[in-house]
Amino acid sequence: MRALDDVSLHVARGEVFGLLGPNGSGKTTMVRILSTILAPDSGSAIVNGFDVVRQADAVRRSIGLAGQYATVDENLTGFENLRMIGRLNHLDRATVRRRANELLEQFGLADAATRNVKTYSGGMRRRLDLAAALVATPPLLFLDEPTTGLDPQSRQDLWAIIEQLVEDGTTVLLTTQYLEEADRLAKQLVVLDHGHIIAQGTSRELKTRLGATVLELTFESTDGAARGAEILRAVAGNAMNIEGTVVEYTVDGGPAAAADALRRLDAANIALAGLVLREPSLDDVFLSLTGHRAEDEVVKPAPVTRSVRR
Amino acid sequence: MNAPTQTPKGDLRWVAIDIWTIARRNLLTLIRIPISLVFAIVQPVMFVLLFRYVFGGAIHIAHGQYVNFLIPGILVQTTIFGAVGTAIGLAEDLQRGLIERFRALPMARTAVLGGRTVADLARNILVLVVITVVGFAVGFRPHGGVGPYLEASLLMLYFAYALSWGFAFVGLAAPNSETAQAMTFPIIFPITFASSIFVQVQSMPWWLQDFARNQPVSQAANAVRGLMLGTPTGNSVWLTLIWGTGALLVLAPLATMRYRRAA
Repeated sequence: MRALDDVSLHVARGEVFGLLGPNGSGKTTMVRILSTILAPDSGSAIVNGFDVVRQADAVRRSIGLAGQYATVDENLTGFENLRMIGRLNHLDRATVRRRANELLEQFGLADAATRNVKTYSGGMRRRLDLAAALVATPPLLFLDEPTTGLDPQSRQDLWAIIEQLVEDGTTVLLTTQYLEEADRLAKQLVVLDHGHIIAQGTSRELKTRLGATVLELTFESTDGAARGAEILRAVAGNAMNIEGTVVEYTVDGGPAAAADALRRLDAANIALAGLVLREPSLDDVFLSLTGHRAEDEVVKPAPVTRSVRR
Repeated sequence: MNAPTQTPKGDLRWVAIDIWTIARRNLLTLIRIPISLVFAIVQPVMFVLLFRYVFGGAIHIAHGQYVNFLIPGILVQTTIFGAVGTAIGLAEDLQRGLIERFRALPMARTAVLGGRTVADLARNILVLVVITVVGFAVGFRPHGGVGPYLEASLLMLYFAYALSWGFAFVGLAAPNSETAQAMTFPIIFPITFASSIFVQVQSMPWWLQDFARNQPVSQAANAVRGLMLGTPTGNSVWLTLIWGTGALLVLAPLATMRYRRAA
């Protein structure tokens, strides 16, 4: 099985490039290859002008990696973690101390600097993880699902930090499962499915293709849902999804489309139990692009790491 | 944006610094979780008490007292058992994604294992001192002199250090730390118990004697016992050094290769 197949992308200096896809789509494999953790079976990649296989050490000196599993040592303090990573980046002692203190201050961890990471909250760990990736001031940063599993406030904090980094000139390759995150941070996006690129462009382009809002209608019975779907198919366009008593489809003008749907259903005398207008999720992107839901594809964990050997 | 300080590849000074950085991290962990250190000491103390007072009366030694036979053996066993910690520690690092982070850093490839084994060596030295004290408390009276006693200590630390690279390999090959621990037992039990650590090999059935007499752990036990008690060591000191060096030359590259592949 191929974890990545015919994936070709170019990331411009100074921008945030988003890899969007569900679990098992190949995002993490991509990051692992580009950060030299895994060697590809075939194909090539150039990072900051260096080949990831033949010049792996030069690549390592020019990147920072922060992962979804917040790989900091929980038995060390925040400062000790940064000092360790700084030294392993071969910075001299004075630089390491200065950078560690700067970053702890910048990320709101100064008060917790001498505490064991074990006592940190999830959001603090992610910020420390990100700080560790930045100790050596790399021009390119890999962020592998930086906010997965975080509460909304911590997510907002982290987004603000990432935006500041980009403003200061750092290039970021971001993987995410959240359309909202990609939308907020990334200029350019590719959508991955099973190791293939199924769409690429700006977030605006993707949304235009998709429709800006999802209209979700809940009927009182499955029979009602079937009849309602029949009537609404005329306005729903290509991707209408029916699950039990719920019918949903993407629309451009949210409230107007909702009012239109209500009028049509009322005229046919079909009662509604509920109506929701919401932002499209990654799942909706998938439904629209592939005709299948993202979750259907991750029944079993895809063995992405096995197929790419050193 | 300032570029990261660059270092020429293969700079030995940085290899040493990388090893020290990792070793320091592991030693800090040891201090932060003192309970793990306590258990590293409790277990060998239990072995001392068990064999000194429970089994000791039933074990007969051709010459001298059993306690003098036992303590050098327990010291060898304890230093070898220390390598279980090497396997568990690396399996934990792997499981938690720390190894992944290290692999994306421009650090020396051998440093994660080098730092781990060096930190475990330091822990072994501490445990060795404690068990020596406990040994004296339960009646251990060696007559080999201080010089040979230190020689014996260095010899077993070297031997155990070499073996710890094999356990580093086990730790990297295991799917998680619990399995890593379980995987060490089928290796560590035969080599420590089917040896001259606790009993004289002559007391074993004939089919076990050949293995028990010639395997490296018995050589190490014989060498350490001879040096500490001031009795003849025969070839055992040299054989222990040769076994240790051989193990290091084979196991260290093997474990390093495994580290490069681990993910």
